[in-house]
Parts: sequence; C-alpha cells; structure tokens
Amino acid sequence: MRRWLLPLGLIALLLGLWQIAVSTGAIANALSLEDFLVPSPVEIAESLWENRSLLAENAWVTLREMLLGILAALVVGVGMAVLMHRWQVVRDAAYPLIVASQTIPIVVISPILVVWFGYGITAKVVIVALICFFPITVNALDGLRSVDPETVKLMRSLDASRRQRFWRAEAPAALPSLFTGIKIAVVVAPIGAVFAEWSGSSSGLGHLIQSDTAYYQVARQFATVAVLSAIALTLIGLTALAERRVVTWR
Amino acid sequence: MRQDTRVNFQFGGSQTAAARRRKQDRSTGGVSLTAVGHSYGELRTLDAIDLEAAPHSVIGLVGPSGCGKSTLLEVICGLREPSAGVVSVEGAETAPERLERCAFMPQRDLLLPWYPAIDNAALALRNQGMKRAQARAAAAVLFERFGLAGFETARPGELSGGMRQRVAFLRTLIAGKPVLALDEPFASLDAITRGEMQEWLATALRTDPRTVVLVTHDVEEALYLCDRVAVMSSRPARVVAELSAPHPRAEDRDGAVTDPEFVAAREEALRALREGSR
Repeated sequence: MRRWLLPLGLIALLLGLWQIAVSTGAIANALSLEDFLVPSPVEIAESLWENRSLLAENAWVTLREMLLGILAALVVGVGMAVLMHRWQVVRDAAYPLIVASQTIPIVVISPILVVWFGYGITAKVVIVALICFFPITVNALDGLRSVDPETVKLMRSLDASRRQRFWRAEAPAALPSLFTGIKIAVVVAPIGAVFAEWSGSSSGLGHLIQSDTAYYQVARQFATVAVLSAIALTLIGLTALAERRVVTWR
Repeated sequence: MRQDTRVNFQFGGSQTAAARRRKQDRSTGGVSLTAVGHSYGELRTLDAIDLEAAPHSVIGLVGPSGCGKSTLLEVICGLREPSAGVVSVEGAETAPERLERCAFMPQRDLLLPWYPAIDNAALALRNQGMKRAQARAAAAVLFERFGLAGFETARPGELSGGMRQRVAFLRTLIAGKPVLALDEPFASLDAITRGEMQEWLATALRTDPRTVVLVTHDVEEALYLCDRVAVMSSRPARVVAELSAPHPRAEDRDGAVTDPEFVAAREEALRALREGSR
C-alpha cells in the first residue's frame, strides 16, 4: 500500500504544482514565452484524449520497433554470451570489440543505418537491437561465469556431460543476471527507437514529437512523451513479472 | 520392484556400460596411492603419499588447514592428475576412469537452488540418462530410509544446514559409485548438529557400505567415522602417522568417543598433528 501511495502522492503533488504554475502564468512569465507554449497537465490530458487514435497508431509503430529490437538483441546477445562462455578464444577475440562498439554514440550511427536500411522498420529494429545488445550480452555472460568452480567439479563427479552442466547448472544460474540485462535493455529501447525515428521515418511516437515541434504543438508533444513513458514502464513491469515467474528460487 | 530400484542405484543405472565395468573390477577394489605428489607450478602441495583403503572401508585424512587434503581428494576422484606417482581406484588409474568410479562431496553442500531436494539428490541418475520419474522414485526410497521423508519437494533454501548436508550426502550416495570422496562434509555445522550428522552418516554407511575417503580437520570425527586415519603434515603434505580407530561407526557414539581407548587414539593423533604442522 505504502509502496504505491507514496510515489502516487508525490506525482499528484508535482502535477498540482505544475497546474498552479501554468494557470497563474508563472512559468510563461519566467521563460518569457507565449502562454500556448506552456501547457498545463489538464491541457495535456485533453490533448491525450483528443489525439487518442493518432497516438495509439504511432504508439503501435514504436512499440513494434522496440519489441522486435529487444527480441533481436536477446537472440544475438544470449547467443554471443553462450559462445563466449563456451570458448575462451571467442571471448578474447570478441569482448573488446563488443565494448568498443558501445563507444560509438547511437545518434551518430543511426542516420547511417537509415541510409543503409531505408525509412522502413528494419533500420529501427537494427538500431534498437544495437543499443539493447550490450547490456544483455554482458549480463548474460556474467551470469554464466558466476557458477561456482566447485559446482563444476561436483557436476563432473556426478557424471554430467558438458551439455548437462550447461543446462542444469550454468543456464539457471545465469537467469537472474540475464533478467537484469533485459531490464536495462527495456529502459534504453525507447531511446533507440526515438533516435531511429528522428533519423528518418514517417510514423512512430518519435516522429510525431519531431513533426509537432514545427507546429508548436507542445501539449501533444507532452502527451506523446507520456505515452512513450507509459509503454516503457509497462515493459519494465512485465519483465519484472516474468522474472518472478521464472526465477522462483530467490 | 522396490528391490530392483535399490540394485539400480547401487550400480548407477544398470544399463550403462560404465556401471558394468565398475561391477567387473570391484574385485580389485578399494583405493590405493603410491608415491603420489602434486604441485601447482612451483608450489609443492603433496609429497610422496602412500595410502591404502580396502573395499568398503573408511579412511580419514586429517591435517592442518591448507595442507593439501582437498587437493589430494580431488586427485583421488580424478578431478586432477597427480604430478607424480600412481592413484588406483577400483583398479582404474587414469583420471576419467577414476572420475567414473568416485562420487565427490564438496565442503559446501552446493545444492542447486532451482531444483527441489529430491531432484538435487537424484542429479547423478538424471545425468546418467535416467528419466525424471524413475530417478525421483529411486531417490524417494533413500529419503524414506534416511529421515528425509516429507522434504522431497522442498527447495534447498527452505532446508536447515543439517538437512542440506543430508541431501548433499544422499546425492553422493545415489550416484551409485563404489568410492565416496567427502571433503569436510560437516565443517559448516554447529557442534550439536555435527554430532548428529556423524551418527547419521555412520548409520548410512552401516546399511550401505562403500569405500570412503573422508577429509576432515576434526580428529574426533575422523576417529569415530573411519576405520583408519592418516595424519598429514603441513605443506608439502606427507603422511606422518596412520592410526586404527578403536570403534569405527559405533552405534553408541557418546560411549565410543569417551572410551579410554578412543581418548588415547585421539591424543596420539593430536600429537602427530602437532609434530606434522611444525
């Protein structure tokens, strides 16, 4: 109860303060802005309702980019982690490269990828996957390596083959870490999706925010941000739920 | 039917070739070490160790901490190769063959937290290719016999330290191997639980005798559980004394450990231990 009430109370308080600050004109005066550029929470809520079908349409586009991107990152990331865990030579060769790949800002690489893959969904999925791949790979590898060396000896003595050792000891031990990676990936996926849409697209929440800038549709921009944030929160919640269902021994 | 299950677990799944092989060379039996040495690079851990454990006998290895007892146990089990000398387990001398014939119980219970107790105990049977239901049935017989009935579905996290140690020991026993290698199995338990567990293990070995190599730093535990006790020196470890225990695995533990003969043996072992660690 307290866990929910306290943050909700704080949100209500902040929204209330915002509403008062806008309706008295305090923010607009302080920033020397026209009133219509500073929407109040009530105006944003109205915009959210009026634009519900437009927002839903674009939300679906962005959600699909995020989910496919996370899925691709999961497949490639877990695959890489398993290969790097199994063969030291793969780890020695690939690990520095994987870390180095993260030094390239996504803002820089996404226009290039749009040139390569076009305005369609492919470029977005690739960009989201690129940004999600790192936390998943690194955490999955850490998880696989977290197995106690004594457990490995024990499994060998109990007639476990390499494959049985993996499925019965290493893979389950890696799950909590893998979920940590997925949670980080889910948090950064919207950033990837929005940058990807800014680099070139004709739909999606990122695209909507960008085109609304040209028309000073500030209320709708805030509404779009709210939707994007709600999507991310839902995905984080679902991941946590899945973790509780899968990792039952903690 | 029940009889069948028992035979099955004793030979680790009657269908495997490994089990048939094990059965054949049981005649050569036991564990024997001849001039076994081991070093990690420059660091010499074991120095020309000679040991002999007859089939179905229990041999104890006591020595100061860090003297290489655990290394010796891993060498016997086939988890490591010695740098010198010959290790023979049931007539087998290569590491993979020794690994096939020994079941190792590490210091910590290392139960897999994602499996219920019964699946942890039956792990070796599953690894040997037995179906889950069959493996559980085989383990359930032992749960019943060794006072763990009712805890089959408990997760390791829900068990007490003593219970976890019991499950870990059953896991070693169920592997169906002729030789058990136990590395300080009760070191993490409090004194009262440790005494109970020693009695429990003594009972288990009376009903299901195996060749056992027991590493411990507790002289009393070694003299109560073992037929013979080898006292080791500090690194590089040598055997400085070998004693016979007066009442191995006696039913009345309290009586046995207070018996004058036992007390004398304990004093002798402690003296050897002190001299060896100088």
